[in-house]
Order: sequence, then C-alpha cells, then structure tokens
Amino acid sequence: MLDLINVSYDTQIPNNVGLSSDKRVLKALEKWHPGYINWWNDLIPDNFQQSLVYLRTAVSVDPKGWAKFDYVKMPEYRWGVLLAPEVEDRRIPCGEHAGEPAWQEVPGEYRNLLKRLIVIQGDTEPASVEQQRFLALSAPSLYDMRNLFQVNVEEGRHLWAMVYLLHKYFGRDGREEADDLLRRSSGSEEAPRMLGAFNEETPDWLSFFMFTYFTDRDGKMQLESLAQSGFDPLSRTCRFMLTEEAHHMFVGETGVGRTIQKTCEVMNEHGIEDPYDIDKIRSYGVIDLPTIQKKLNLHYTLSLDLFGQEVSTNAANAFNAGIKGRYQEHRLDDDHMLKNDTYTVWDLEDGKVVRKDVPALTAINMRLRDDYTRDASGGVGRWNKIIEKAGIQFELKLPHESFHRQIGVFSGHNFNPDGVLVSGAEYDEGVKNWLPTHADGDYIQSLMKPVYEPGQYASWIAAPKVGIDNKPGDFEYVKLHMA
Amino acid sequence: MNKPVKQHLIDPEICIRCYTCEMTCPLGAIHHDDNNVVVDAEACDFCMDCIPVCPTGSIDEWRVVATPYSMDDQFSWDELPGQDDLGLDEAATSVEALDDAMAALLADAHKGAGGKARAPATAAKPSVNMYNLGKPAIARVQGNYSLTDDPGHDVRHIILDLGATPFPVLEGQSIGIIPPGADENGNPHLPRLYSISSPRDGERPNFNNLSLTVKREENGLCSNYVCDLKPGDEVRITGPFGATFLMPDDPQARLLMICTGTGSAPMRAFTMRRQRTVGGKSGGMTMFFGARAPESLPYFGPLKKVPQDLLDQHLVYSRLEGEPKEYVQDRIVQEQDKVADLLLDPKTHIYICGLRGMEDGVDRAFASIAESLGEQWVALRDVMREEGRYHVETY
Repeated sequence: MLDLINVSYDTQIPNNVGLSSDKRVLKALEKWHPGYINWWNDLIPDNFQQSLVYLRTAVSVDPKGWAKFDYVKMPEYRWGVLLAPEVEDRRIPCGEHAGEPAWQEVPGEYRNLLKRLIVIQGDTEPASVEQQRFLALSAPSLYDMRNLFQVNVEEGRHLWAMVYLLHKYFGRDGREEADDLLRRSSGSEEAPRMLGAFNEETPDWLSFFMFTYFTDRDGKMQLESLAQSGFDPLSRTCRFMLTEEAHHMFVGETGVGRTIQKTCEVMNEHGIEDPYDIDKIRSYGVIDLPTIQKKLNLHYTLSLDLFGQEVSTNAANAFNAGIKGRYQEHRLDDDHMLKNDTYTVWDLEDGKVVRKDVPALTAINMRLRDDYTRDASGGVGRWNKIIEKAGIQFELKLPHESFHRQIGVFSGHNFNPDGVLVSGAEYDEGVKNWLPTHADGDYIQSLMKPVYEPGQYASWIAAPKVGIDNKPGDFEYVKLHMA
Repeated sequence: MNKPVKQHLIDPEICIRCYTCEMTCPLGAIHHDDNNVVVDAEACDFCMDCIPVCPTGSIDEWRVVATPYSMDDQFSWDELPGQDDLGLDEAATSVEALDDAMAALLADAHKGAGGKARAPATAAKPSVNMYNLGKPAIARVQGNYSLTDDPGHDVRHIILDLGATPFPVLEGQSIGIIPPGADENGNPHLPRLYSISSPRDGERPNFNNLSLTVKREENGLCSNYVCDLKPGDEVRITGPFGATFLMPDDPQARLLMICTGTGSAPMRAFTMRRQRTVGGKSGGMTMFFGARAPESLPYFGPLKKVPQDLLDQHLVYSRLEGEPKEYVQDRIVQEQDKVADLLLDPKTHIYICGLRGMEDGVDRAFASIAESLGEQWVALRDVMREEGRYHVETY
C-alpha cells in the first residue's frame, strides 16, 4: 500500500506522493534535478555550502514528523515533494462549483488560469533565495545564520513543490515552465523574476527581517488562499507549505523585535530618553527607532503592491472557478459564492480618497489585503509592547495604505503616511522622514559585521529568548567550514 | 482545595500568532482572539501534536494549577504567569510526566532527595509525554546484549530503533515500556519505567535510536519480556518522562555520580554526552559505582576505556572473595578530601541512582564529611536541591 504519511527515500527525491511508481513524473523531475542543484550551488557562497547547518527536515507530514532537527550540509538537504494528507471527500469550497467534489485532476477549462497561479507562486520561491544570497557573510550570529539558511532551503523546497505540480499535471507546458523557473533570476536584465518586489536585493539583515515579516506574509496569505483551492493537489501542497511558512514569519517578527529590544536596552543604559536623538543612539551601534519605522513603511507598502489591483476580474474569475479561495474560507459564514454580497474598497474620486461598496466578487484582492493588514498589525503591536516595557515614548505604526504605492488606485499620487494627499513638493520634503534614505542605508550597512562565535550577537541585535529546538544559548547552530 | 491539575499554556511573549497549532490540533482545543492564542484546558488531552509544529517553542509551556486558567484569563495575558507554589507533593505539583501514574512513579523515585526535585539551571528543556498508553510509539529492537557474567544477575543492554518516529530525549530521562498482554481484569498492562542509558543524539550518533539497561527480575513481567527481546521485535513505548534528573549543559559543571546496578544507566548517558561534546575539557565527572563483583557490574569493559580526565572512577565491590565487603558509602568516606572539595563547590551537581535504600548510606557518608567541614548536611543538601544540583532516583 502507498504510504502517504511517511516520506519515502526510495528515489533521489524524498516524497509522499508515490513517485517511485509514477515513472513519467519521476523521470521528468530527475531531469530537472541537476539544474536545480546547479542553481543552488552557484548561488550560495561555497564555504557555507560546506558548513554543517542545524536544520529541520520533514520525515513525515503528520504533526510529529515534520520537524526533525539535525546537522546537514545544505546541498545535501533532502528537498522533497510533500503534500498534506488527503482529506476524505473534500469538496470545492467556493465559487460556482462550491460543494462539488474537489478536483484530483486539472479541470480543462481552468488549465491556463491554474498554471499561471502556480508559476507565479513558484517564481517567488527561488527569487527570495537569490535576493538573500550574500546575507550569511554579514550574519549577526550563528543563530541568525541558521535561521536564514532554514528559510532558504524551505523556499527551495517550495519551488520543488510547485515544480512537482507543473510536471505532474501540465505535461510539456508544465516542464517548460519548470525550466523557466530556473532560467529567470532576481534582478536580471534579460529574465527578471515576475513580481517587482522580488527583483530587489536584500541588502542588510534588517531588510531581511522586514522582508520575512511583511513580504513573506504576503506569500503566506497567497498560500492560505491557494490552500482553499478546489484543485486538491494544489490545496494539499499549500497546506503543508504553510507549516513551513510559519517559521519565516517567526524569523521576521523576532528579528525585528530583537533589533528593537537592543535599541531600547542601549537607550536605557545610556539614559537616552528622546528616541529622535538619532546621532547619539547610533553612536552606540544600534538602529534608532525612527529608522526602523522608515524600513517598516518601505517593506509594508512594497508588500501591499503584491496584492494587485483593489478591484480585479482575474481574482474574481479565480474565486468563481473555485481555484483560489479567501483567507480561511472554511471559517467564513456566507454562501461562498458571493452572488449578492458587496465589499468596501478604497477609491479615488475627483482627487479624494473614498470608501466605496463594490461587488464582493471583484474585491477578492482587497479583502485578502485587508486580512493581511490585520495579520501584520498584530506583530507591530507586539513590537510596541517591547518599547513600552522599556519605558520609551515611541510607537511604531503601519502607514496608511495609500502611502508609497505603485499598484492600485493610489499609484501615481502623493500621499503621506497618514493617508493625506500632499503636493509633490511636500512629498519630496517629507519623504526623507518617511522612507529610508541612502544615509540610513549606509549606516545600517556599517553595522553589518559578521559574528561567528557561538552565543555571541552583533551590537545591534539582542539574543533570542528561546533557542531553536530548545537548544541552549551558546549552541553552535552552524559549524562553519573555514577552509 | 481541588487536586492540582496540569495545564497546557502558550507563552504570549514568544508566540507569533501564526496559528499553525490551531490548524494542527485534532480536537479544536486551540483558539485565538485579536490578542492571544490559547489552549482550552477542558478540551486539551495532551496529545502533543501541536508541539513540533510550533516555530517558536512558545507552545511547550506547562503549569500545575489548583484551578485551570480560563480561556478569557489567557486572552487577557501580556505575559505568562509563573508557577505558583502549590506545596511539596512532587507527584501532584510538578511536570515530570503528564499522566498521573508516571508522575507518581517518578515522584516516588525522587523521594530520597528530601524535597521537591528541580532541574539544573543550565539543563536543556526536556520534551515530556509525547507518547502515552493510548498512543504509544513503536520501536524496533536493534540489539540485546548481556552486560554481566553472573547467572544470578542478568543485566541487558537493549538498543531500540525509533526509525522515522521523532522521540527527542535527554540524558537522565526515562521511557515506559508496555508489556504485551493484559492483566487479570483484561486491561492492558501499565507501562514500566526504564532509564535511558544513551545520550540525546542516539546510541549511535545521529541514528534515531536509544539504549536501556535492564536487569532481569525473578517473576518480573516486564523485565523478562524486555530481557528476552530479539532483534527485529517491535516494542510499544511511551514517554519520554522526567524533567529534573537532567545534566547541566554547562561544560564546567562538576558531576558527582553515585550508582549501583542498573542505576548506572543515566550515568552512562551523562558520560557519553560529555565524551561526545567537551571530552576532557570539562569540569570533570567523578563516579562511585557499586556492584557485587566485576562480573556483575554493567559496562565493566567499556568503563575501563573511559579516560580518567573525563571520568574519575571508583568501582566498589561488596562480594569479592577474600576482601571485606565494601559499599559506595564506604568508598565515599575513604575519598573524603575529594568529596569534600566537590560538596563545597557551587559548580557540583550530585546524582544518586540505584536500588531503593542506597541513598541512606550515601546520605550518612555525606553528613559525616559535611560535619568535618563544619557544615550541616541537611541544610547544604536542601540548598543544592533547590538550585537543581542534588538528584536522587531510586526504585
């Protein structure tokens, strides 16, 4: 009998989908595999490839088996194809087919739509590894380096997950798309990644933490809505990916939190009460809170753009087809078809920002973005608790959704972070206080000195409260290869 | 007052609200509001499915409470409350095991320490109760070796392979073994506790296996079952159990280990852990190990190969022909300078493990040494125990 819980290692590719008895797909994946390994090996600096990293690997997809920790060299990490267990008699949760049995094969009429969604999702996974490729050289600790590599190998596995779907269900087209996922490259002139935010380099660790907090959270929301798909293999794939995505959220939230923590500690230690006494705060080698706010503004607004247009027929089609649901669709109490519902979206009328009711079906993107904002604001509240506990008068805030937007109704207009429309001159004057400047970037860059001693941390970041896998503070999370 | 109960909680300062636990919980016992993710004490059955999926470690929190915190209590928290002091009854007020029968067995084994056991300050955080009688883990016997050359004293080294089943253990913890069959009332037998004798990374490093040290007891239902196991046999196990009889992670800590018979199991695990990590660069370990004769001393051969700078050994025999009977407490008194130095050092951690009653003789030996230093032993012992530096497990 096919064992669908435990991971089988009887092929080169660990999996719980019975690959060894699916010769066609196995062959296609084995052909794709060397290209993937080359991509990985060319990407990450060699001494890190040779280092032993304390990573978690899934040995099964049931709760007790998916987090087994061990030292492994990254190129030997068992990237695999893992799907959450099949739910018996699962039904299509939304759209015009709601209530019908979930599809186990691709429905012909939605083939292109589905393929496109899978390719876009797949394209972001290797892109983020490319964006982060040099960060280990300036890791603030071995603990953080390990977390970076864990994120990287799991993004790699998520690429595998999407490539499996392309190979298994989309024939020749799918194989070509899978090859293109390795051909495109973040920041490339000829073949850039598909989404704008994934072509920017991640220049420093605060950017990395902000990226994992804000941009990976967009990924999480997209996975949440694909996990609701009526196409069952996609749903099962995304459900398992979500358990891994949680770790990326963790790295972002605690990374920013530890940065704030250290700044507050240093301010108190030196009796600095004014959070805007930036030069003095920076003289102690920590990142001042106003600069952290600017980084937050940047990454939050870039991530909002990833949700697309507020009113979108593509999103409506995907929902209506049952290909993509809403966030936690199964917990929503409505007809799951949105026949007569409306949803409130932002719009601009005669240069004024207004709230407007539109058919809910067309506002799927906006709704997901609102869910995202709610989810993202939770962590900001917890960061503020750190500041409050330290007795410092400062509050981090998510900027208004209209600020600094390139996509959607607000793009092309100058809004300040409070959502007030301002003149070009006012915007140019204000922006240095709203978004990180080159000087801010240079300062942060000057702090990015690697710390490779177990249990030691760079000047600008506090140690974590709890180790990974309950390990003690001085645990050697990465055994560096120093040849 | 109600009987105290164990309650599963989530640390709101560590949790990132990813809700992975909530999605994983098979009972729907985990809920969230805009502030916190919380566990419904009435619904949670300690199945532990949520523990490995948590990316932060915030979910592995346990409190013993007179009245469980309600969900509303938990929703309102900014930080996790500490453990209230509910008294000294260890079985009722500590989290060595979540099921009451196992907790009672461990509390009974720890009685000889004279008060409630505490873990060393630098010990790694143990996982407890991942598997229970209703949902045991299945291990496969990899080996069963005789450790003694004495027909009246058959001690076995049993190696269990966990395969792909996660079973995280620390040195000093125990597992339960469920003997097959049923009792006279037709109920399945309760698990019997055995100390793990291998270190956390496995009997063989990075193989998911562990070893036990088991003595065949006349008419012993479980010990005969275990001692007769053959390679390939499947065994149902529970645990891991134990949250205080653990070794400090501080490599400079000095370990004083006193054992008899199969009480050597945790000492072997401690020694191998040090051997694999810091070796001779540690604060050192001193062992007093009592047996009837070399033929009945488990691990006699391997012990001789452990270097002195790692483990200072005192093997003590009570039935050597032509020699007077000697017990561990006799040798401790004989080595009183060495022991006195250890007793006064705040880096020293003491472990006593073996047959019930051995702690009395050891206690008297310590008392006389402490007295010669002008110290009151009971007071000194209580301080050490409160600091997690004095541990007794006898049965």
